[in-house]
Amino acid sequence: MTNKITLRSDNMMMGLFALAILTMPIWLMPIGASYPDLMQKFAIFGIFAIGFNILFGLTGYLSFGHAAFLGVGSYTAVWSFKLLSMNVVPAVIFAVIVAGAFSFLIGFISLRRSGIYFSILTLAFAQMSYNLAYSVLTPITNGETGLQLAKSDPRVIDGLFVEAGAGIPSTNFFGIPMSGYSGFYFCAVLLIIGFYISLRITRSPFGMMLKAIKSNQNRMSYTGLNTRPYALTAFVISGMYAGLAGSLLAVTDPLAGAERMQWTASGEVVLMTILGGVGTLLGPMLGAVIIKYFENIFSAFNETLLNNIFSFLPEGLQEVVVSVVGLFVGEGWHLTLGILFMIIVIYLPGGLVEGAQRIRDFVGRKRQKKTSEAHQPQIAE
Amino acid sequence: MDEIKRGVSRRGVLKGGTALAAGLAAPTFFMRNVFAQDFRNNPGDGGTVTFGFNVPQTGAYADEGADELRAYQLAVKHINGEGDGGLLNTMQPLALKGDGVLGKKVVYVTGDTQTKSDAARASAKRMIEKDGVIMYSGGSSSGVAIAQQSLAQEMGVVFMNGLTHSNDTTGKDKRRYGFRHFFNAYMSGAALGPVLEAEMGKERRAYHLTADYTWGWTQEESIKNTTEGLGWQTANAVKTPLGAGDFSQYITPVLNSGADVLILNHYGKDMINSLTQAVQFGLRDKQVNGKDFQIVVPLYSRLMAQGAGENIKGIFGTTNWNWSLQDAGSQAFVKSFGQEYGFPPSQAAHTCYVQTLLYANACQMAGTFYPPEVIKALEGFEFDGMGNGKTLYRAEDHQCFKDVLVVKGNENPTSQFDLLEVVQEVPRSQVEYDAGIFGGELGPYEV
Repeated sequence: MTNKITLRSDNMMMGLFALAILTMPIWLMPIGASYPDLMQKFAIFGIFAIGFNILFGLTGYLSFGHAAFLGVGSYTAVWSFKLLSMNVVPAVIFAVIVAGAFSFLIGFISLRRSGIYFSILTLAFAQMSYNLAYSVLTPITNGETGLQLAKSDPRVIDGLFVEAGAGIPSTNFFGIPMSGYSGFYFCAVLLIIGFYISLRITRSPFGMMLKAIKSNQNRMSYTGLNTRPYALTAFVISGMYAGLAGSLLAVTDPLAGAERMQWTASGEVVLMTILGGVGTLLGPMLGAVIIKYFENIFSAFNETLLNNIFSFLPEGLQEVVVSVVGLFVGEGWHLTLGILFMIIVIYLPGGLVEGAQRIRDFVGRKRQKKTSEAHQPQIAE
Repeated sequence: MDEIKRGVSRRGVLKGGTALAAGLAAPTFFMRNVFAQDFRNNPGDGGTVTFGFNVPQTGAYADEGADELRAYQLAVKHINGEGDGGLLNTMQPLALKGDGVLGKKVVYVTGDTQTKSDAARASAKRMIEKDGVIMYSGGSSSGVAIAQQSLAQEMGVVFMNGLTHSNDTTGKDKRRYGFRHFFNAYMSGAALGPVLEAEMGKERRAYHLTADYTWGWTQEESIKNTTEGLGWQTANAVKTPLGAGDFSQYITPVLNSGADVLILNHYGKDMINSLTQAVQFGLRDKQVNGKDFQIVVPLYSRLMAQGAGENIKGIFGTTNWNWSLQDAGSQAFVKSFGQEYGFPPSQAAHTCYVQTLLYANACQMAGTFYPPEVIKALEGFEFDGMGNGKTLYRAEDHQCFKDVLVVKGNENPTSQFDLLEVVQEVPRSQVEYDAGIFGGELGPYEV
């Protein structure tokens, strides 16, 4: 870390981050990603990954069960829509609280172990929650079909203020509907707040303690410090972030399915974090954007589209190129993602943020060289 | 930390950020009003209209999804007047002219549902928000279909269900913007009952293995009602997770349960696996209660029969449609599908093809793409020449009513596709039911 971290540079970063997020609809246009649903996903999974990074990036505890908190958040939010109000505020608040309580329970047990045992424990808990949601708790979760709103839901608070309309009402933030662009801005604002909190945690003495746990937990114990409360706090905070992300999924699309809690979903957030850069502030967000982009855009490429793209090639060559490229898009998007992931883990263990760092260093060195060269008198110039 | 005094204050950044957010948000709100449409994704004066085809390309139902996609592509061709016209030649009454829909050429986008509700809705939203589809269609899992159908209602874009067999799709989860041509579990039960009685008698003990989601539940319920009506007993009904792969732990208990019929409420690769394992465990060679042990697969498809190979011989079930039907519509469809792809279509392909044509035809009849008008054109629409005889789109629940086929795994197939033998074409009147029995509400036309 050669760069001096100052409050000023942090504020700079915060400002730039907020600007980048809020202008997403503009700069994502050229790559075809500027439609509300995908941008909502960017923001939501950004929150999820940033929260996950507070645990994994700072304390080094690799949780393989974070999707459970995401799912709990979603179910809580949908139940809040069903029972209380279509306003998203109670849904978000309850989801964060319930996910926090749930992660306290799981964290309290799982954090008795560290390393691989901790990962396995969280994985087991998440899989257990998934199976519970899938079959045992069907009355609460509606199993595989997913929990949905119905017209006959009580909606106690809404019932006091407004007359029921003809259809199922939509989620709203004091009257602003939470689908489309307004839904995105709602998620984006929460993402920026979440990012700011994560930044403050990283820079705080508490964050320092978490990093100390990562670097050498034994030494911390020998100095007489009980690290578990710190790790548990980090676990609960990241569980709350996951709950927030889960509730936002329900806010933008009021449906909660058990597959949100499956281990693949837990693995996805690990991938996002590693892809972007573990322990960095911006990395997880970056990873989330890339994975969601691949999932939504690459998976939609079909043969006709490819043929259009490569129509400038001569006929025989076009067929060959289309059939080769076709393997990596459409249903083969996992393959592309896998290759990208391998390349990054092998060559850039620090994720994309490390890549950016290296490029900056490279350019910086060149410039330095240039300035030092400039000091020497040169006739050609 | 002497830097604190210098530079931008936190307060300043926050203030600036908020102002920026408001500034950025404002144009999008105004823009929405400037481009206000009378309905979502109005094709307006453009020369094309976009359909979305959202099918499972990965997961337990991927085979069906691939065949559905072929059918959709064929349907688009025929609507645009390319190829041999397919069912446009046999459909009665027909408003389409083979020049697209209302003079606009049809183009399409595709997506992968991954047989997951979340992924399907994300994919559907991409189609609606980014690609501007006027209608989307797809299927192969009822859970996913129901999730997409409720999205259709929220977004105000019509969803034409592909393969979905749960009673809930047009029962308690029906929606004004969702339509189903495929038959359902109730009809399977009603059609299968008399045949089972004739083949297996009135004193049987049935054991159910059921895919654990909406379709499995309703099929188990419908079949149970039918068999118990015949006087059969139900030994047990066990739920199995979707995409389980290995069913041996569920099949072993069947042997000791005293049951003499195994009913597999499975579909796709799940059915292939469970049936193959049941046969490998020697269930069919057993004698229980002095009777031959029997297996029934209430919902059958040729693709599954292909996957299960020898094991399906003599096993009873129902299908929506089979390529061996001899009416003009079926023949025309098999011919154009065969010419295009070199093999006969599955029932999934058939229902998806028909759904696309029905939607296009309804737009042509309504003279507009405005969804409420299109929906009204489809409701109560009666047509013929699409492969199942006279068919009615019932207005009360958006369910099609038509003849149902009871089939049996062919003992002596003449080709690799000749796998199902039609035992009986059960007439529509025998499978009809009252629209009110499953509850649910369609919801409003305008959203």
